[in-house]
Amino acid sequence: MHNFDFVKPATIADAAKALAGDGAQALSGGQTLIPTMKQRLAAPGVLVSLTGIAEMQGVCMGDGGLHIGAATPHAVVAREAAKHYPALAALAGGIGDPAVRSRGTIGGSIANNDPAACYPSAVLASGATVVTNKRKIAADDYFQGLFTTALEEGEFIIEVVFPIPAKAAYVKFNQPASRFALTGVFVAKFANGVRVGVTGAGNDGVFRWSDAEKALSADFSAGAIAGLKVDPAGMNTDLHGSAAYRANLVKVLTQRAVSAA
Amino acid sequence: MPKDHGIGAPSKRREDIRFLTGRGVYTDDITVHGQAAAVFVRSTVAHGRIKSINTAKAAAMPGVLAVFTGEDFKDVGGNPAGWLIKSRNGEPMREPKRPVLAHGKVRHVGDAYAAVVAETYAQAKDAAQQLADDSVIEELPAIIDMAAALANSSNRVHDEIPDNQCYDWGWIEDNRAKVDAAIKAAPHVTTLELVNNRLVPNAMEPRASIGEYFPGTGDYKLTTTSQNPHLTRLLVAAFVLGIPENKLTVVAPDVGGGFGSKIYHYGEEALVLAAAKKLHRPVKWTAERSESFLSDAHGRDHVTKIELACEKDGTFIAFRTETMANVGAYLSNFSTVTPTFLHGTLMAGPYKVPNVYVNVKTVFTNTAPVDAYRGAGRPEATYSLERVIDKMCRELGLDPFEVRRKNFITTDMFPYTTPVALAYDTGNDPATLDTVMQIADVAGFEKRAAASKAKGKLRGMGLSTWIEACGIAPSHLVGILGARVGLYDAATVRVNATGNISVMVGAHSHGQGHETVFPQIVASKLGVPESSVEIVHGDTSKIPFGMGSYGSRSLAVCGVAMDKALDKIVAKGKKIAAHMLEASESDITFADGRFSVAGTDKAKTFGEIAFSAYVPHNYPLETLEPGLEETAFYDPANFTYPAGAYLCEVEVDEGTGKVDVVAFHCADDFGNIMNPMIVEGQVHGGVGQGIGQALCEFTTYDETGQLLTGSYMDYPMPRAEDVPFYNVDYSCQTPCTHNPLGVKGCGEAGAIGSPPAVVNAVIDALQRGGHKHVTHIDMPVSPSRVWSAING
Repeated sequence: MHNFDFVKPATIADAAKALAGDGAQALSGGQTLIPTMKQRLAAPGVLVSLTGIAEMQGVCMGDGGLHIGAATPHAVVAREAAKHYPALAALAGGIGDPAVRSRGTIGGSIANNDPAACYPSAVLASGATVVTNKRKIAADDYFQGLFTTALEEGEFIIEVVFPIPAKAAYVKFNQPASRFALTGVFVAKFANGVRVGVTGAGNDGVFRWSDAEKALSADFSAGAIAGLKVDPAGMNTDLHGSAAYRANLVKVLTQRAVSAA
Repeated sequence: MPKDHGIGAPSKRREDIRFLTGRGVYTDDITVHGQAAAVFVRSTVAHGRIKSINTAKAAAMPGVLAVFTGEDFKDVGGNPAGWLIKSRNGEPMREPKRPVLAHGKVRHVGDAYAAVVAETYAQAKDAAQQLADDSVIEELPAIIDMAAALANSSNRVHDEIPDNQCYDWGWIEDNRAKVDAAIKAAPHVTTLELVNNRLVPNAMEPRASIGEYFPGTGDYKLTTTSQNPHLTRLLVAAFVLGIPENKLTVVAPDVGGGFGSKIYHYGEEALVLAAAKKLHRPVKWTAERSESFLSDAHGRDHVTKIELACEKDGTFIAFRTETMANVGAYLSNFSTVTPTFLHGTLMAGPYKVPNVYVNVKTVFTNTAPVDAYRGAGRPEATYSLERVIDKMCRELGLDPFEVRRKNFITTDMFPYTTPVALAYDTGNDPATLDTVMQIADVAGFEKRAAASKAKGKLRGMGLSTWIEACGIAPSHLVGILGARVGLYDAATVRVNATGNISVMVGAHSHGQGHETVFPQIVASKLGVPESSVEIVHGDTSKIPFGMGSYGSRSLAVCGVAMDKALDKIVAKGKKIAAHMLEASESDITFADGRFSVAGTDKAKTFGEIAFSAYVPHNYPLETLEPGLEETAFYDPANFTYPAGAYLCEVEVDEGTGKVDVVAFHCADDFGNIMNPMIVEGQVHGGVGQGIGQALCEFTTYDETGQLLTGSYMDYPMPRAEDVPFYNVDYSCQTPCTHNPLGVKGCGEAGAIGSPPAVVNAVIDALQRGGHKHVTHIDMPVSPSRVWSAING
């Protein structure tokens, strides 16, 4: 790790100011950034911690659904979202290990948009709103490919607002080494239809499986998608699974999520 | 049983208190006054010619004390292979020099070609990056695939070795024609091609070394993560740096796991010593985890074809094995013996098969060196045999339990010499098979399979019956086979004046529990409390000699040396007692810590005798030296042969291909048991590693020689959730016939016997599920491989 300066602002305005500086990098839970810095693959001049800002912490019900402060650790979401949105709480409780869950945050996860992270599937499947220091971004507009989001320079996430579905479940199949999602599927059934968010599988990051959404909106049962096929052409291939294997997982896990919801 | 003291008692591991409370002292915990930090510059290409290394900028950076390159070590010796293997044609193996730092060429990603020593680690790290930037290395095509390496004479890992082959070994060459003929004439032949996957050892503690030089005396000290400090001293002294052996102390303090990877001497150890000498400063290096992945000696990596010839009723006629074994870029110390004498000699298994032949071609590639890893050769042999037997049973529709029983060497046949030259002294394989079938409730399998089916899973059962050769090794025999060292061990028992006891042992404990078990033996033998005995190990200045811990040898070789030293203590004690009790020595008996005159109530306690030995006021000084300290060296007469039967049950999820090991039963014959709790722990750990190999772990280099599985993001280690609660039975005990403790060794058994049991169970599950086309899946039997096999 190289030397860096560290600031921990207490307000959103101060954070925005600090992040406008040369070589500034936002730090939330640091579960990706810190290892990258330790390997000397990143060397920001200033780390701006976002964990000291009160408005960015905590879980509560409010306008539009469940509000989760961007700097809220996974362990807190797992505990405090359980009675409002159990599927989301279960997802948070299954990320990484206890150490990761104590430090890693929802804002950090979706700002990084790792293609195998769990949270993006829930944000997308829930049709959540990503609230930043500048605007509100709909989930469908927010995720823009591998490690790419709608966030602009100097923009950072304040909170994420989740509408609460009638039924939902997240089923993850672990990559055997990292325990990230080799494929993870979040299914959410709302009054106006079903949304299916898939992480880990797509070669362009998290995506919605629209064929399944259509079928499940008509008939919310595992059998409803039995006849569907996922095209391996859009799937990722790596050491732990081929595109065809991931395409299979998308379907199998979606069916299991529907059954579990 | 269970007793609470001495041999056979489940005494709690005394070392665990310090390990579990953070009070262990590992190499990196040690800071020597004035210590500087070393960082190595490692090749980022698999194969390349070093054109230039400009050290000027790095040397001028803040805090930098010295910069080293291969040029600095070109006139010192190389790190040798411990065994000279001869090819089938009688030629000696090809043995390229393994330098301290790569010189001329780099031969694998992670090959260290330069080093920086600086005041701080961060400064050394910065300068190492500068040195890397200032190095010109012309990249050459990487040699990764073994078959291609053997076929390609223009692209060479070592310029002087045209076909990248170390040796082409046959065992036993005289069997070759006979085995070929037997296979040709056999009513049935089953053929299986398989890969024994390369493993990264992943000891919890990365390698680390501290070099010190004392200019006042010219002495050196190396503190290092070693499984056998005496071997490291020998190699550094006699082969690499030429330091007189009596001017070099090697200390291996607490060591956090080795699994084989810390048996060997590595160049980093020589570098910190040379740097300490040059700078008159202690120099420390500690590997980062990514360095461990790239530069620790890996394990396994065989590509094998095995043929089993048999009668239609499953009676074995012949086994023929052809293996390519990867040694990587250089010959690590035991790399040449692992695929040969630790593998080929086990290819008869526990079976009375008349014809066995093994051919091993060992190949240099641009990958990290490969060497012995828990089990070392014996897991490879067992996996090939137990998989091909399973395949044969399916082809002929035979019961895998009965086929093994039919072919076992029976108890009346011991001692039994196999066609591949091992002389098994004792065993009882039918008994371990019976035991495992009983504890696993084989009869109830169909009921369990139905329960699994009800929850949507396929259940399968897999068997492995195995034997290994441990207690390494009889020196006269290994000498004939090419070993360049003897493989005895040594111990000194020092009874202190106040009656407590220090035992200096050559075996090194890096998790095995020697500090607990060895005192149990002393306690039983001398009738003293275990707590009065301390084990001293891992320091060449304190212990008489030793060949370290590996090959399940600590108890069967070093433990026996200690036992023999204890015999000498008792014998001397009798002489002292005879004098004090005014009796004839032949009338003195020793039991329960008391020297007594037979048939009388006259007696002296062990403590009184010890005190007298050091305060010899009433003592036969004319005929007997004072003091009570004895040393013994012990060279085993034969290998020991632990054996057993393992049974695994799995559930397979057809939708995802995921395999869950739901039950694992072990019936082991380890001979006499010194501490059953530690034996169980060893089996648990070994089976855990075996399940890791079977289901999780793999090591992938791409075609350019980059290690794709170079971190825990991609190298899957088994975790607690991947292993079941084990069921371990060691009630079948046929004591070793040639050592006085009757012990065989238990450290590697789990890793040897378990992988084929797991894979056999997976194939069984798939077959039962109707996937009849799946007859083999290479390890690791990962979810994607199982799914692909089902849907392939």
